[in-house]
Amino acid sequence: MIEFERVTKKYGNVIALDDVSLSLEKGKIIGVLGANGSGKSTFLKLIAGLVFPTKGKVLVDGMEVTKKISGKVAYLSELDAYYDSFTVQDMLEFYASQFSDFHKEKAHDILEFMEIQPDKKIRQLSKGGRGRAKIAFTLAREAPILLMDEPLSGLDPMVRESIVKGLISFVDLERQTIVMTTHEIDEVEPLLDEAIFLRDGKVAERVHVDELRETSRDSVVNRLKKIYKGEE
Amino acid sequence: MAGEFDTTKPIYMQIMEKINKKIVRNEWKAGDKLPSVREMAVQTGVNPNTIQRTYSELERMGIVETRRGQGTFVTENVEAIERLREQLKRDIVADFIRNMTELGFTMNDMIASLKDFSKGEDGKKQ
Repeated sequence: MIEFERVTKKYGNVIALDDVSLSLEKGKIIGVLGANGSGKSTFLKLIAGLVFPTKGKVLVDGMEVTKKISGKVAYLSELDAYYDSFTVQDMLEFYASQFSDFHKEKAHDILEFMEIQPDKKIRQLSKGGRGRAKIAFTLAREAPILLMDEPLSGLDPMVRESIVKGLISFVDLERQTIVMTTHEIDEVEPLLDEAIFLRDGKVAERVHVDELRETSRDSVVNRLKKIYKGEE
Repeated sequence: MAGEFDTTKPIYMQIMEKINKKIVRNEWKAGDKLPSVREMAVQTGVNPNTIQRTYSELERMGIVETRRGQGTFVTENVEAIERLREQLKRDIVADFIRNMTELGFTMNDMIASLKDFSKGEDGKKQ
């Protein structure tokens, strides 16, 4: 369980998150959605222990988040941070050396599913190849919480589909929770249990995706647009 | 992927409808094993929790049965399948009648147009 208790995060004078309180249940796939600069990445980084609240508390399983949280939380960055001269296999070994919950066998299965050859150098991979490799290394950790910052961003539709299918195939929702930010809402919507809409650092709304469809006959994309147009 | 789903209806219901059709058409027969939740999720590109909900709803309706450790199967109760078939038929007919009534057609108009239409379709086939 992830809890935000009146969390405010400022970078200098800029407010990234503004007095956010909520809790996220286990075993769900949760989308954090909103415009650029709405606070999505900060939301994830606070759970990952990469940044800390200016005010308030972030708790994971009842414990306040510190840098040590990386044992429980797998974080997929929006950025590419790999050594070009490494092969995919080197990268896999590196992850295995850093995280005790990293499963090499599972990593190989996922790479195979995503059609990435382990002997390739990172620099030889296309952008889509690097995107898939990143997902594979994140999913190969048996961490209870998986955080993904824009996992589909800038990738072609075939790669996006392969990532979505890889995610469904390899996540274990009996023991894992995924929180992801994305702008590719159409594609991700069938994956989401819940959506959290952020606007200007605040939670504008939070919905169960199927309930939204059932009661308002509305899709997540439409809802987001309405929130930003101020129709709500 | 998302394009396969109607955005105004819950996804678990849309998958239920697809499965119901397969069962009513006898494509999935009484006693057949359904794909596992994971397989179905990957095939449809949908959250496994959603598929779990679909299977639970179908089980509640008596259309499928989950056997511990073995998976989910189409019910062997043919009467339940027959009831589902009747139910789907009634739903479609009710929809049709409501739409036609909204346009001001009477029941006789509807019957006549159905007969005409089916004659026309026969004509096309020849």
